[in-house]
Amino acid sequence: MFKAIIARCKQGHRTMAYPREPLSLPERFRGYPELKGGLCPDECRICADACPVGALSCQPELSLDLGKCLFCPECANACPHGAISHTADAMLAANNREDLVIRPGDEHRLAQALEAKMLSLFGRSLKFRSVVAGGCNACEADTNVLSTIGWDIGRFGIQFVASPRHADGLWVTGPVTEHMREALLMTYEAIPAPKIVVACGACAIGGGPFRGSPEAHDGVEGILPVDLFIPGCPPHPVTILDGLLRLLDRMP
Amino acid sequence: MTPGLLFTQNGSAVNRNEIPEHSGERFLETLVSAIQGGWRVVSYFGAPEAHLVRLYCILSFKSHAALGIMSTAVSGKSFPSLVAEAPQLHLFEREIAEQFGISFEGHPWLKPVRFAAPLASTSAVPPRAPEKVGVMDFYRVAGDEVHEVAVGPVHAGIIEPGHFRFQCFGEEVLHLEISLGYQHRGVERMVLGRPGLRTLKCMETVAGDTTIGHGTAYAMAMEALCGVRVPAKAEAIRGIALELERLANHTGDLGAIAGDVGYLPTASFCGRIRGDFLNMSAELCGSRFGRGLVTPGGVQFDVGRELAEKLRKRIDVARREVTNAVDLLWDSPSVMGRLEGTGVVSEKDALDLGLVGPAARASGLNRDIRRDHPFGIYNVAQLPVETAKGGDVYARTLVRWLEIEKSLHFIEEQLAQLPGGSIASPAAQVGGDQMALSLVEGWRGEVCHVALTDGRGELERYKITDPSFHNWSGLAMALRGGQISDFPLCNKSFNLSYCGFDL
Ligand code: SF4
Ligand code: SF4
Repeated sequence: MFKAIIARCKQGHRTMAYPREPLSLPERFRGYPELKGGLCPDECRICADACPVGALSCQPELSLDLGKCLFCPECANACPHGAISHTADAMLAANNREDLVIRPGDEHRLAQALEAKMLSLFGRSLKFRSVVAGGCNACEADTNVLSTIGWDIGRFGIQFVASPRHADGLWVTGPVTEHMREALLMTYEAIPAPKIVVACGACAIGGGPFRGSPEAHDGVEGILPVDLFIPGCPPHPVTILDGLLRLLDRMP
Repeated sequence: MTPGLLFTQNGSAVNRNEIPEHSGERFLETLVSAIQGGWRVVSYFGAPEAHLVRLYCILSFKSHAALGIMSTAVSGKSFPSLVAEAPQLHLFEREIAEQFGISFEGHPWLKPVRFAAPLASTSAVPPRAPEKVGVMDFYRVAGDEVHEVAVGPVHAGIIEPGHFRFQCFGEEVLHLEISLGYQHRGVERMVLGRPGLRTLKCMETVAGDTTIGHGTAYAMAMEALCGVRVPAKAEAIRGIALELERLANHTGDLGAIAGDVGYLPTASFCGRIRGDFLNMSAELCGSRFGRGLVTPGGVQFDVGRELAEKLRKRIDVARREVTNAVDLLWDSPSVMGRLEGTGVVSEKDALDLGLVGPAARASGLNRDIRRDHPFGIYNVAQLPVETAKGGDVYARTLVRWLEIEKSLHFIEEQLAQLPGGSIASPAAQVGGDQMALSLVEGWRGEVCHVALTDGRGELERYKITDPSFHNWSGLAMALRGGQISDFPLCNKSFNLSYCGFDL
């Protein structure tokens, strides 16, 4: 018992201050991309050819789909003109699928708060039921992290619960395999209305690395209406938390 | 050594036409005598050929660091099963049956594995549609007071889906049957054709918590096919990343085990320290899971002196904290009382079932790819292999802890003596008509990749064997005779991958 108390003192208080204070991210972290379209010579499509998942397009101008992007080092490495680089900005979540497609000079379109009625329902207590639909376990792991002491997502009234009947929203990870489609829909049905849907990670948004697989559905699009898209493969926990706090209008 | 096999080593490629091709009878005889002679099946799978299916068996003989390969052609509807002699073949045969429609005569449980559409079939087998996922003939125990508990695919918590059927007599579990396939994304089919960047991304996400393990196994297979040598510095960085992956997962699991027995201090401390290890991987390459680090030919990110020093300091802090957090477990009799004697897998069962990784070592099997078939940095830097006797949750916890200690030491050593030079060799042409073989000791155990190329160097078949494929039966055995309420705890001590199995 004493040993546990001493250990408790040694380990200290570790819950981070985010969103009051910014989180320091590793130097090599790849977040919101910066596109400098003016640097692209005509007909150049080196980056588009280098992208493993077709997230980049050069016609009619340079654009990058955050929903497909795996935030890998490939395009920035490939572009000889320095037109693409990743910043350390981890704020990526959006409410609309179109908001995830970015072009040079675009303003950064971040997730907006739920409308007033939904906010009054969910603003102080929001419970999610998670369905893993073909996810590789990394999106799941970094969602789970939010419930550890370092993040303590419970302090914002957000919680992951065991029963869909106790939930206000559905949390989807994975590209929605054919084998999980039915379970996903049944879980959605079991959540009482009004309810929200979060697509967490590149897979859930558009299939991720498995886009085009005949065994999966390229994400939740066309299967369920989505209220929050969280890009990343997997999204950093702070990207997830930031998106949720914006949705709940809880950013300071 | 057993005749009839082509001998090769981890991380090498052979010409497909050199692989001995046996009649079915000779193939089976060779397989049985090899297993009796101490060989172990690493992978056993089919590949389509005109009008027939060719079965390849890859065996390991650890004391000679040798791998053996042989093949046989199956043109009919069925092939004899060897499960009665060699239970470790149980799932392999089921998988081949599902993927190619070959029925294994005498197999006791020829049921679907992933409920997936067949990859191909022989001309003797008509194509068939896959069964509905999770719908099959479950083993049932009848009698008064016997009851069945069905769990999943959707579980409480944020966990991957799978279905579990328990046959219970009161609290006692007589039998547990595990039915998976829900995560099936068709990876093996997706990566066929010319290997490229997309292939690497699919490999990194075969099991997301084993990004470095699967990424490295794929890179090694490509390097063998291209005849490319990896620079020493890249091998060291891969080793550091692989051990960081082990540290993060073992630490997280020790925390989860503590949580499952209701011991919250270790659970919360470890949950956080796991994140510190993930953040160290992110220092290496920007991704907490090591995405984008390993690439065929080397690694994509260098580790300079400054970063090495920074990581060394962080490892030092993490060592103190994780030791402090885990030490509490060994000193809490109530925790030990829950771990000891729970979920026992005997050494014999572990051997028969062909378990790998920490689960095998906890049952007393002394096997570890890093020593038995060394690859990369492990050719020059050895890690002691940790084993335990009991085969219970305690043993699996202990082995994980001992491995944490060894990995911490290994990383410090590597960071202190990083070689200089380049971090990647230039890409080269993929060789045609080859079979490349790579084994990596991931944190869960042995990751095996086999690549078969056609004449143009395109992937004609790619076979992945995640450690979970060997170990799910171990979890089922651990529950036998135990209490159903011990399931979460047993499950956590194995922490197997659903997506790595479902592929
Ligand atoms: S970072 Fe995104 S856009 Fe760039 S290559 Fe990778 S997936 Fe494509
Ligand atoms: S988005 Fe990436 S990390 Fe998330 S489940 Fe898909 S492959 Fe895994």
